[in-house]
Amino acid sequence: MQYERPQSTAEAARLLHGATGPARILAGGTDLIVQMNAGVAEPALVVDIKRIAGLRDIVAEDGGFRIGAAVSCAEMGEHAALAAAWPGIVEGANLIGSTQVQGRATMAGNLCNGSPAADSVPGLVAAGATARIVGPEGERDCPVAEIPAGPGKTTLKPGEFVASFFLPGRPARASDAYLRFIPRTEMDIAVASAAVNLVLAEDGSVAEARVALGAVAPTVRLVDAAGAALVGTRLEEDALEALAKACRDACAPIDDKRGTIEFRTKVAGVLARRAALIAYTRAGGRT
Amino acid sequence: MKTIPVSTRVNGDSVEFLCAPEETLLDALRNRLGLTGAKEGCGSGDCGACSVLVDGRLVCACLVLAAEAEGAEIATVEGMAEGERLHPLQRHFIDSAALQCGVCTPGILVAAKALLDHNPDPSDEEVRYWLAGNLCRCTGYDKIVRAVQSAAAEMRGA
Amino acid sequence: MTRQDKITRAFKQVGTRPPRPDGIDKVTGRAMYGADMTAPGMLWGKVLRSPHAHARIRSIDTSAAEALEGVKAVVTGADFTLPEDDFYRDVAVNCMAQDAALYDGHAVAAVAAVSEAVAKAALKLIKVEYEVLPHVIDVDAAMTTGAPVVQPGRAYENVPEGMSENVTSHCEFGHGDLAAGFAKADVIVERSFRTAATHQGYIEPHACLASMGGDGRADLWCCTQGQFHVREVCAEILGMESSQLRVTASEIGGGFGGKTTVFIEPVALALSRKAGRPVKIVMKRDEVFRATGPTVHSSIDVKIGMTRDGRITAGEAHLRYSGGAFPCGTVDMGAQSAFAAYDLDAVRTFGWNAMTNRPKEAAYRAPGAPQAIYAVESVVDELCQKLGLDPLDVRILNAARKGTKSAYGPTFDEIGLLATLEAAKAHPHYTAPLGPNQGRGLSCGFWFNFGGNTCVTMNLAFDGTVTITEGNPDIGGSRASISLMAAEELGIPYDKVRTIVADTASIGHNDITDGSRVTFSVGLAAIEAARDAIAKMCARVAKIWGIDPDAVEWKDGAVHPSGPNAGKFPPMTLAEIAATSPNTGGPIAGHYEVNADGAGVSFGVHLVDVEVDPETGATKVLRYTVFQDAGKAVHPDYVEGQMQGGAVQGIGWALNEEYIYGEDGRLQNPGFLDYRVPVASDLPEIETVILEIPNPGHPYGVRGVGETPIVPPLAAISNAVSRAAGVRLTELPMSPPRILKALSAQG
Repeated sequence: MQYERPQSTAEAARLLHGATGPARILAGGTDLIVQMNAGVAEPALVVDIKRIAGLRDIVAEDGGFRIGAAVSCAEMGEHAALAAAWPGIVEGANLIGSTQVQGRATMAGNLCNGSPAADSVPGLVAAGATARIVGPEGERDCPVAEIPAGPGKTTLKPGEFVASFFLPGRPARASDAYLRFIPRTEMDIAVASAAVNLVLAEDGSVAEARVALGAVAPTVRLVDAAGAALVGTRLEEDALEALAKACRDACAPIDDKRGTIEFRTKVAGVLARRAALIAYTRAGGRT
Repeated sequence: MKTIPVSTRVNGDSVEFLCAPEETLLDALRNRLGLTGAKEGCGSGDCGACSVLVDGRLVCACLVLAAEAEGAEIATVEGMAEGERLHPLQRHFIDSAALQCGVCTPGILVAAKALLDHNPDPSDEEVRYWLAGNLCRCTGYDKIVRAVQSAAAEMRGA
Repeated sequence: MTRQDKITRAFKQVGTRPPRPDGIDKVTGRAMYGADMTAPGMLWGKVLRSPHAHARIRSIDTSAAEALEGVKAVVTGADFTLPEDDFYRDVAVNCMAQDAALYDGHAVAAVAAVSEAVAKAALKLIKVEYEVLPHVIDVDAAMTTGAPVVQPGRAYENVPEGMSENVTSHCEFGHGDLAAGFAKADVIVERSFRTAATHQGYIEPHACLASMGGDGRADLWCCTQGQFHVREVCAEILGMESSQLRVTASEIGGGFGGKTTVFIEPVALALSRKAGRPVKIVMKRDEVFRATGPTVHSSIDVKIGMTRDGRITAGEAHLRYSGGAFPCGTVDMGAQSAFAAYDLDAVRTFGWNAMTNRPKEAAYRAPGAPQAIYAVESVVDELCQKLGLDPLDVRILNAARKGTKSAYGPTFDEIGLLATLEAAKAHPHYTAPLGPNQGRGLSCGFWFNFGGNTCVTMNLAFDGTVTITEGNPDIGGSRASISLMAAEELGIPYDKVRTIVADTASIGHNDITDGSRVTFSVGLAAIEAARDAIAKMCARVAKIWGIDPDAVEWKDGAVHPSGPNAGKFPPMTLAEIAATSPNTGGPIAGHYEVNADGAGVSFGVHLVDVEVDPETGATKVLRYTVFQDAGKAVHPDYVEGQMQGGAVQGIGWALNEEYIYGEDGRLQNPGFLDYRVPVASDLPEIETVILEIPNPGHPYGVRGVGETPIVPPLAAISNAVSRAAGVRLTELPMSPPRILKALSAQG
């Protein structure tokens, strides 16, 4: 195995492009090194992107935020302005693994690992975040929602990697929330999860709503009907039930060691309801 | 396989070693530097027995490549006491019987120190959530939480 | 040991909480565990494991591995001569498969190489030709006729013909007329239960360092609960004489019963013998889960009859346990302990063990008891609900006490069950208000406690300090407790006594650290060794004073004239006697060797409050209190530590921990991530109440305390969840999907 520590995204892209065997990006390593230790991944090349200028920064951009691909989840939680604007995204990132893991794990790694249960991805999808992708042909921006392609798979082309995320600016009266279900209180992989991103009208009704579910389908799923169920409402009981039903209808989960189809489907609806109420309150709404 | 030279600082001392590219920091600490305080309980970041600080950040040494330590400041349990003077956490762990087999203790001490360094007055719940990545199978965590709190109180001068 | 009728001694040191002698080493990272030892010229060993649940091994080709640069030895089953004795042979076959792989993870070959990386690479070069065979994972399935046979011809004589060949043993306990008992009942509840296999989950994986020379002598360093047992088993498997193998126990990073046997130790010795160099093997976590001791998994039917006023008229249980791919006697302990807490006229338990394609069971804290008592205590709780009776009152009414003929035969002596039940009843926890979706559960727990073969040597240094040499690895603070008892008996301060755990060449045989035996047996032997040393000190002083040895007595750490007629001499302290010992006959030592009995059974009661989220099935443990009889708590911190640690392991068993197998018979969760032991944030404070009902079999009244605490949580939590959810749960773990399903089924 070859370990490289490039200083620029261009150099990283060049290294990836020239790889003669399996190549992996190393940011936090909390998935990659687990796989290497277990003998599941045996990369010929590991490109550590943490020394690339800007990739460990969170900066204001166009009223929103640009978050470097090597920013750890812990660093996101420590960024007061980011946590105030996008509490749902930050709480998703801060649920990944332990304190130790959060000190290393990144959203980019969480996304590119391709798990449908990734805790930071539903929030990014609900937020309408975009990822800046660097590859052999230069840079491109892509909605995060379009990157997952199934368990362990992404739509990134060979030689491409995520360099940063962009979270758009927020109007007043907007917020988000993320909830996941795990059997313990920490250290588990989500059995089902829901992110809700709301913008309220001046009268306190929901003007825009985006709902994304995790761990209930091969990829994180944006559920348009669930968002639509909330628009124009103040999260009255029937709106919440419509939301939950839309979420249940959108589920296509599997039975596995972490949960059953029945359980995941039911709980996805419950989590969406609860997350919607949290996001609504955060946005200044009163039920 | 090409070895990689690494210059780093461990517990304040400059050290240099050669490592394999896929070697973890934990293996380098244990097998190359003789610092066996950090333990491998799982190799997957699920038990916290290998907790160390890298540049002040609490991490699992089993999930860091040794090569990443280039230029870093690493702190392990071996650096907690000053000579024969134990860190208050170490003292309270003994006095409060917060360890039994003791194999998780180095990781928990390093993690608890990282907590108190940034939050000198945590609630019990904050202690429990901060330490959720440090498995202990002997104590049921009860005496660990109390030892952290009594050490925190002493360190605050309370 | 003679029976101590009244233990009224006022202790000066026993019962205090001094710092543990291994504390500083453990908080500074200096303590040496299994994986922390290295030797010059050391090789790294790695084990190749079967990916199949059940397969015939047609051939193993190790030539490519042997040819790899840096590889110094390769071993397979062919390198081991199998002991004739069934017990040792099963251990040997479990360490290295012979003609068949019996479970996913079963060792089939091993290599020793100059580095871990080379050893890992060499494993990939070993070609094993398997013929995959049908497998069976579930105990009930294994017991049906026509099930795939794990090992043929292993049934004991008491198994009736016509049963599945997987059934290896049968047992039966109890007394009285069951039919008459049930006829007296106003209500009878009959339920079936299932419990998953769980793992001890010690944080330290198995590790050892073996060094064997061409002369057949060997040294072995390993993390174990019993270095003498390791010596015997390894000597058998390697065809050595016991005295040629010296085993040193490292500090042990948790065992809970799981380190009472060997897995990698004979393999490392065989590799070392072949390579002529020291070999270290350290298991990875997935190997620990796949190949080392889980508990049995079980399927249990319980039937209990009760009168309207809460008297149990009859109890019956059928227990089906599987201890994995080998015969296993754990069901006997389940069948004996199931109804131990009750004073019954009619009781009968029936136990069966069946083999499945799972790893060989290893002991886990009170092996066999948690499952059986979970089932019984669940039915007792349901009867209380049905009859509108207070569950503590019913247990008090039916409690076993001194003179009760136990459900497994012996008549109880002084026991603390009633005291723990009454303490629970008086505790504010029992009457604290509960909120919506909350429930309170309780359960009794029991463990036999062991004594066993024990040797202690006590040596006095010339400066008057004392070393105790004993042979049981310290898994819960026993060095502190033993030092305390010795200091108490000698009348010298605790810090003048150092207790060390010796290797197998330095002291006589000691049984494994198991059965909660160490504080009891080694403590007893340390007290007796002190008495032996005291007798010798008295004789020396009598000689100095020129009086009869009967004319002196030991008091407060010194020899005194026993009365005015003995003469007037200033007392001689232990330090003075030790200092002058070269002139009075040489160094002074005390010894005691015993096969200790009289361990005294242990009872506990746990109270727990939980809240169940009706929408997700998630259970939160809100409050937890442990009541237990310790006989005499020598070091209360470590008694509390046992009570808290055991309770939390039981909580994990009740709620989340389990071995999950796929259709292919492979273990799906061989890691901490998906095995899910409790983490700190899952738990409330674990409150403890120690009762002290002295054990007549120990000079200070000590009883073992380590195992009983894992027994009650299973039923206590199940009873709490069942009451909170309004539906009876009968399967462990009560994971959220299972609880939510039960809630939905109820509508």
